[in-house]
Amino acid sequence: MHLSFVNARLIDPEAGTDAPGTLHVAAGQIVDAAPPAARKIDCGGRCLAPGIVDIGVKVSEPGERHKESYRSAGAAAAAGGVTTMVTRPDTLPAIDTPEVLEFVARRAADASPVRVLPMAALTRGREGREMVEIGFLHDAGAAAFTDCDRVVTSTKVFSRCLTYAAGVGALVIGHPQDPGLSDGACATSGKFAALRGLPAVSPMAERMGLDRDLALVEMTGARYHADQITCARALPALERAKRNGLDVSAGVSIHHLTLNALDVGDYRTFFKVKPPLRSEEDRVAAVEAVASGLIDVISSMHTPQDEESKRLPFEEAASGAVALETLLPAAMRLYHAGALTLPQLWRALSLNPARRLGLPQGRLSPGAPADLVLFDPDAPFVLDRFALRSKSKNTPFDGQRMEGRVLGTWVAGRRVFGDDT
Amino acid sequence: MTLRHRHLLGIEGLAPPEITAILDLADDYATLNRSGDKHREALRGLTQINMFFENSTRTQASFEIAGMRLGADVMSMPMQASSIKKGETLIDTALTLNAMHPDLLVVRHPQSGAVNLLAQKVNCAVLNAGDGRHEHPTQALLDALTIRRAKGRLHRLTVAICGDIAHSRVARSNIHLLGKMESRLRLVGPPTLIPAGAADWGVEVCHDMVEGLRGADVVMMLRLQRERMDGAFIPSQREYYHRYGLDAEKLAHAAPDAIVMHPGPMNRGVEIDGTLADDINRSVIQEQVEMGVAVRMAAMDLLARALRADREEGVV
Repeated sequence: MHLSFVNARLIDPEAGTDAPGTLHVAAGQIVDAAPPAARKIDCGGRCLAPGIVDIGVKVSEPGERHKESYRSAGAAAAAGGVTTMVTRPDTLPAIDTPEVLEFVARRAADASPVRVLPMAALTRGREGREMVEIGFLHDAGAAAFTDCDRVVTSTKVFSRCLTYAAGVGALVIGHPQDPGLSDGACATSGKFAALRGLPAVSPMAERMGLDRDLALVEMTGARYHADQITCARALPALERAKRNGLDVSAGVSIHHLTLNALDVGDYRTFFKVKPPLRSEEDRVAAVEAVASGLIDVISSMHTPQDEESKRLPFEEAASGAVALETLLPAAMRLYHAGALTLPQLWRALSLNPARRLGLPQGRLSPGAPADLVLFDPDAPFVLDRFALRSKSKNTPFDGQRMEGRVLGTWVAGRRVFGDDT
Repeated sequence: MTLRHRHLLGIEGLAPPEITAILDLADDYATLNRSGDKHREALRGLTQINMFFENSTRTQASFEIAGMRLGADVMSMPMQASSIKKGETLIDTALTLNAMHPDLLVVRHPQSGAVNLLAQKVNCAVLNAGDGRHEHPTQALLDALTIRRAKGRLHRLTVAICGDIAHSRVARSNIHLLGKMESRLRLVGPPTLIPAGAADWGVEVCHDMVEGLRGADVVMMLRLQRERMDGAFIPSQREYYHRYGLDAEKLAHAAPDAIVMHPGPMNRGVEIDGTLADDINRSVIQEQVEMGVAVRMAAMDLLARALRADREEGVV
C-alpha cells in the first residue's frame, strides 16, 4: 500500500523540527517522492510523528492473561500511538529461557497489531542468583536483559551478568534502587507520606542504586540503561557517567513526569507505582532532564493490575499503572505546559528508545519504517477508565481532563488504528 | 449540632467548631458516667460492630461500654482469629458485615488508610479506632478533653509530644487537633523516631528532652512501639530511658503546673518513670481513660444523628 500524508504537521525528532509538510510511504517504508498511485491521506494540519517505541511494557502473558493479553495490550498500544512495545519479562513464569521467549514472540505475532520486542530476565526466575542464557536469548531476539523492579542485590552476580552481557553486546536494563533502604517502602519520604503514616523511602535510595550500577558499568564496560530516573539527586551521577563516556542511558515513566506524591491523596492505590511518586521538585527536575536530553527515554511503564490487587490497603496494594493509551495524552500535558516541545517529546518517546535498541524506527527520513502516529494535540476529553482497551483499568488519570487524541496509527505502512476515511 | 461527616476517619477533616461540639457533648457524658444512672437511649435500635484487626483491650472495651451506655446493640468481632486468616480480603469482610445492616462500624487495622478504604464500601457510619500509623481520632479527642478539663482551654498551650512519633497514629491525630485549636506543638524524640518531613508540619522538632520540655504546659508521652519497628531505631531501652524517658528531673524543666499524659499501655521504665505515672498531682493518665468512654459516646451519638438525618432524606 502506497500512502501520501498531505497537509500534515510533521514532528521529526531527528531533525528537531515541527513543520507543515507531506510524507510519502511505499512498501512499508518512508520514501522521498510520491509513489505512483499513492493513496492520499489528508491530515488536516494534525501532527504526524514516528510511532512511539515504549520500553518496559508489561503484558501479563504467560501467567496472568486475565490482566492483559497480547491482543488487549496490542489494541491499547495501537490506540495510544505505540507502534513498538518492548515487553518486560516479569511474567509468571519469568521470561528467562529461549523457550519462553519463543512462546511470547509467537503469541505476540499472532495477536498484536503493533510490533513486539520481548526482553528477557537477567537472572533465572529474576531471583538474582544465576544468570540466564544471555547468549541464546540474545540470538533468539531478546531486546534487552532486565530483572525489572527486582534489584540484583549481589554485586558479584550483577557484575558477572554485566561482564557476560558486554561480551555478547547485549543491553542490560537496571532498576536503580538501594534495596536495603527502600525495603518495605511504598511512598517517598516527606511531609505528606509521614502524615499519611506510610512507610517511605528517601529518593536517595535511587541515587545509591544508580551509583552502584554505574560503578559496575565502569568496571565491566557493559551497555546499561536505567529504567527510571525520577529524582533530582540522581541526575548529577548520570550526567557524570555520560560525560565520562560510559555506555549508559536512562528512562523515566510518564507518571513521574506528570504526577507527584501528593496525588496519592487519601490512599488512592491507582497512584501507587514503583518507584513511588516523587516531590514536585523532583518531577520538575526530571522534566528538565528530558528537555536537556540527560534522561533519554520516556516510557509508559505499562503495568496492568486487576481490581483485586488494587482494592487493598495502600501498603498491600500492587504497584503499577496501565498507560499505553494514556502515554500520549499525558505527554501532551508537558507540551501544553510549555515544558517540552513536540520534537523533544518524540526524541524521548521514539527516536532515543529506538536508537538505544538499535532499531531503525523513530525517524521520518527516507528508508525508515513507516511506523507512524497521527494525532490532534489539542483534542480535549475526559478519561473514562472503562473505555480503555487494556483488560486492566488501573489508570491514575481516571476522570481527569486530558488533551491529545490519537487519530491513526500505522505499522509498516499498514493502518492498525483509526478510521480509514 | 450534627456533624457534616458520615464517618469519623481522622481529625484532619474536622473543623474546629466540630471538635468543640464533640468535646462539649463529651463533657456532658463525662458527668453522666460519674452518676448512678449511666444509661441513655441515643443509639437505641442501632447496631454497633467493633472490628479490631489488631489486638486491643482498652480501646475495644471503651467503645463497647460507650455503645452499651447509649443503648446500642454491641458486638465485637474477634478479627484476629476470623476469616481474614482464611484469605478473605478486607473488602469482602466489610461487605459481609455490611449485609448484616450495622449502623456503626468501629474499625482498627494495622495498615494506614485501611479504614478509609473500608468506609468507601459500606453504607453505615465508620469510626476509625486506629489505622496503622495514620490516625486515631478518638484518642486525640479524649486527650483534648482531658487537657481542656485540666487547663480550661486548648489554645495557646505549649504541648510537647515525646517519644516514638514515627510509628504513632496518636501523635498524628494530636498534631492535627492541637494545631487546629491553635496550640503550640513540639515533637521531642531521637531523630530516628521523628519522621522525615515532620519539620514541615508546622511544629517544632527537638532532639533534646530538656530543651523540648522547657516551659511545656502539657507533656504527652508516647509508647515505644516495639512491635512496629522493623529495624534499628534506638540502641537500647536503657539508653532510650536515659535520654528520652520522662522522670521527675526532666519534668522539672516543664511549666510548674504541667500535666503528664500517656495514651497507654505504658512501658514503665522505658518511656516513663513508674512513680511519675502514678503521681496524681501531675499525671492525668487515669482521667484520659475515663474521658475515652465519654468522647466515644459523644462521637457515636453525633455520627448516629447524622446517619439518621441522612436516612430520613433517603441519602443512604
